[in-house]
Amino acid sequence: MSEEVKLIVDGKRRDGRALDELRPLKIEAGVLHEADGSALVHWGGNKVIAGVFGPRECLPKHEANPYKALVKCRYTMSPFASKEEHSRSGPNRRSIEISKVIRQVFESLVVSELYPMTQIDIYVDVLQAEGGTRASAITAAAVALADAGIPMKDMACGLAVGKAEDQIILDLGKEEDNSGQSDVPIAISHRDKKFLLLQMDGLLSRDELEQALDMGIVASDKIHELQVDAITRRYSNLESDGVEL
Amino acid sequence: MAETAHDIIMHDVKRSVVLELLRRGKRMDERALDEYRPISVQRDVIDTAEGSALAKIGTTQILIGVKIDLATPYGDRPEEGIFSTNCELLPLANPSFEAGPPREGSIELARVVDRGIRSAEVDVDDGFTKGFFLEEGKVLALYLDIYVLDHGGNMTDAASLAAMAALSSTKIPKYEDGKLIRNETASMLDIKRFPLATSLAKIEEFLLADPTMEEKVACDANITISTTKDGNVAAMQKGKGEFTKQDVLDAVDVAFKKGDELRKYIL
Repeated sequence: MSEEVKLIVDGKRRDGRALDELRPLKIEAGVLHEADGSALVHWGGNKVIAGVFGPRECLPKHEANPYKALVKCRYTMSPFASKEEHSRSGPNRRSIEISKVIRQVFESLVVSELYPMTQIDIYVDVLQAEGGTRASAITAAAVALADAGIPMKDMACGLAVGKAEDQIILDLGKEEDNSGQSDVPIAISHRDKKFLLLQMDGLLSRDELEQALDMGIVASDKIHELQVDAITRRYSNLESDGVEL
Repeated sequence: MAETAHDIIMHDVKRSVVLELLRRGKRMDERALDEYRPISVQRDVIDTAEGSALAKIGTTQILIGVKIDLATPYGDRPEEGIFSTNCELLPLANPSFEAGPPREGSIELARVVDRGIRSAEVDVDDGFTKGFFLEEGKVLALYLDIYVLDHGGNMTDAASLAAMAALSSTKIPKYEDGKLIRNETASMLDIKRFPLATSLAKIEEFLLADPTMEEKVACDANITISTTKDGNVAAMQKGKGEFTKQDVLDAVDVAFKKGDELRKYIL
């Protein structure tokens, strides 16, 4: 970076947050009519929508597993999701990798043995992006799966921890992601606090990593609360107003 | 997609149900023949886009994002900007949508919406791309993306409504030293005729506005007609079936009336 911009001044970040503070997070379940389950997540400047179908017939049929359902995931980004140039729609190398790691989160959670020979499709689309889209995607997908009534062993909370200005921070925004020192996207199961997604770039010492993971575990409880609240609201009022962006 | 035995049987079943109701003066959801489902339009819903809108007609929900970029003009129109429309039927929008390259349905939808806008707002003397020239070899390009979130029938009208709402609130970024300054607005995109699509389905002697998916499957013929604020037809696309001249003119009359009603949501 040519311009030196301080990401943290006096323990406060550029948007006024404390080091361990989440951006505003809002979750709405059941926003789509055609999908079996759906959720919309507003998280800072991210707007992410998830839709789930299934269990339904596995296609192509030769992929079907006689012992369990296949979990499939497709993460994409809208061509207008970034403040910068228009981008091509559909998957690219980045989104294909993210689709795979999100799928692996839910392969660990969905009780797929209940539905042999079928597939469960998770579609997530980032309508508007501002850093931390995969965390938003996982948080949304987990709620959409619950909304679809698909049995899961536990709930997944997606979030990111990292490091900027030599300090460990929670829920990196776009700027902190781009010019911070490290970014660690994670997904944590709520009950047993296991890491279902763990990626990292940048440099962290062993102690810093431990501190970051602990910060993530604490924050995941807050995210879980909002997920449960979204599903509770959904089932106390089945009339949906649809998507509110 | 190939027609399966299931499709053929469902067509017959749906047709007989829809028709029986129509003969008693009713539609499946109790609407009048020329009545739309509830409509809502919300503008400026995507902060990262130069223009955006979300339109809902019944359970159909369509998001439009407009991006403006720098581009090289087409060789045969060196002083004109670029207007491009694309449509993505997201697989989360309907159980029958599959991920993958665009199929005929999404391509046709994009092209029908594009044609109405292009006829009324681009390929005219005061078209908006005429003002997109910056300097030799440099113009603005406007990308209109139709993002189908929820497909509950009549995507075309919802897409067209969302598109005009998004375009008429599109901010053209400032151009300075060969670059776009995206957080500064030079001007608003100037929309004049507000073309809007009206889709109609014909079943025997009945003409239905805003057909649901069942009605679309059951109908004998269908057509989409784009009309403008100043009383012109800007684009037409017949789907399946056949129309007499009188059928077409009747459909145009309904399209003008419905177009004016739809325009109230965005003017």
